Amino acid sequence: MKTHNQKAWFFVLPVLFLVAFNALVPMMTVVNYSVQETFGNNLFFWQGLDWFENILRSDRFHAALGRQFLFTGLILLIEVPLGIAIALSMPRKGVWVSVCLVAMALPMLIPWNVVGAMWNIFTLPKIGLAGYFLNDVLGVNYNMTQDPVAAWVTIIVMDAWHWTSLVVLLSYAGLVSIPEAYYQAAKTDGASNWSIFRYIQLPKMKTVLTIAILLRFMDSFNIYTEPFVLTGGGPGNSTTLLSIDLVKIALGQFDLGPAAAMSLIYFAITLLVSWLFYTLMNKDNLN
Amino acid sequence: MLSWMAWTLPTALVFIGIFSAMGVLVVLELKYPGGQERRGILGLTTTRGDRLFISLLGSSYIFLIWLGLVGTPLWWPLGISVAASAFCFWKV
Repeated sequence: MKTHNQKAWFFVLPVLFLVAFNALVPMMTVVNYSVQETFGNNLFFWQGLDWFENILRSDRFHAALGRQFLFTGLILLIEVPLGIAIALSMPRKGVWVSVCLVAMALPMLIPWNVVGAMWNIFTLPKIGLAGYFLNDVLGVNYNMTQDPVAAWVTIIVMDAWHWTSLVVLLSYAGLVSIPEAYYQAAKTDGASNWSIFRYIQLPKMKTVLTIAILLRFMDSFNIYTEPFVLTGGGPGNSTTLLSIDLVKIALGQFDLGPAAAMSLIYFAITLLVSWLFYTLMNKDNLN
Repeated sequence: MLSWMAWTLPTALVFIGIFSAMGVLVVLELKYPGGQERRGILGLTTTRGDRLFISLLGSSYIFLIWLGLVGTPLWWPLGISVAASAFCFWKV
């Protein structure tokens, strides 16, 4: 039998300490908070599982969770097909390749809070370019600070503007890895554009697309900064996504216990969906 | 030194439980390397570590769902979780 040398595992120790310090210890503290009540001053009182029970049964949490799934669902429905379409229509050789790639990468380079501020100014009625154009030139009644539907349209469009590029770049990387011979063979067989897409391009893009969807899911499910800066969760509570609600509870109301319980439930959801994605991805690769 | 972490006995026990389970996995891995990989009834290829992860995640969901729909005490979900984890290590 082959003997296994496990000493290489010691090389993982530094990163283990780092992760323990910046993720594990804070996470354990959150677990500790979630079963206690505090009024500050580092004094804690045992509360049992009341916070979990309250959060799981609160209409406020259900509403925020519903909005979060709606947001993430819409984001994925829009950004994935749009990203694939843009990647397909991008040139694959010539000078325009770099121009397209840079243009695509630009939105992703802008910090999240700046994106929020930009879109806030851009879409304010009367002042912003889009707000003025929609209201005073096209005559559409658009006011994202008062109308929930307008606010939703704005945060969705903003996120599509910011992150569709990620899907584009990943799909594009998958596309350029397809050898020219595949296309020549398809041409010889007289394959339609749709069959080329369905049987050559899509299978080749599958792995990168799964990663793109996973990344877009996690990012949009945990989104905070952009909608917070753009709408502040309003009008009313209409764009209060999970993380915005969480920060309101934790820092606005200083209810550390309920906030900790809520963040653990939030974490469990993210973990399950990411694990499902990851497992399905690997399952397909094995078969 | 650890007072800022606001430890309680129950949460400490939970973490001791999880870390000792991981310790047991390390010992098992040293003794029987390879992670005991197999293809379970769900069609997933899992190692011992995967099965522990699935058990823990599944248990947390069983507890949360019970807590949301029924409430305390949690003896029933505890029993269900233990049974589900045993099943997970046996078949999945």
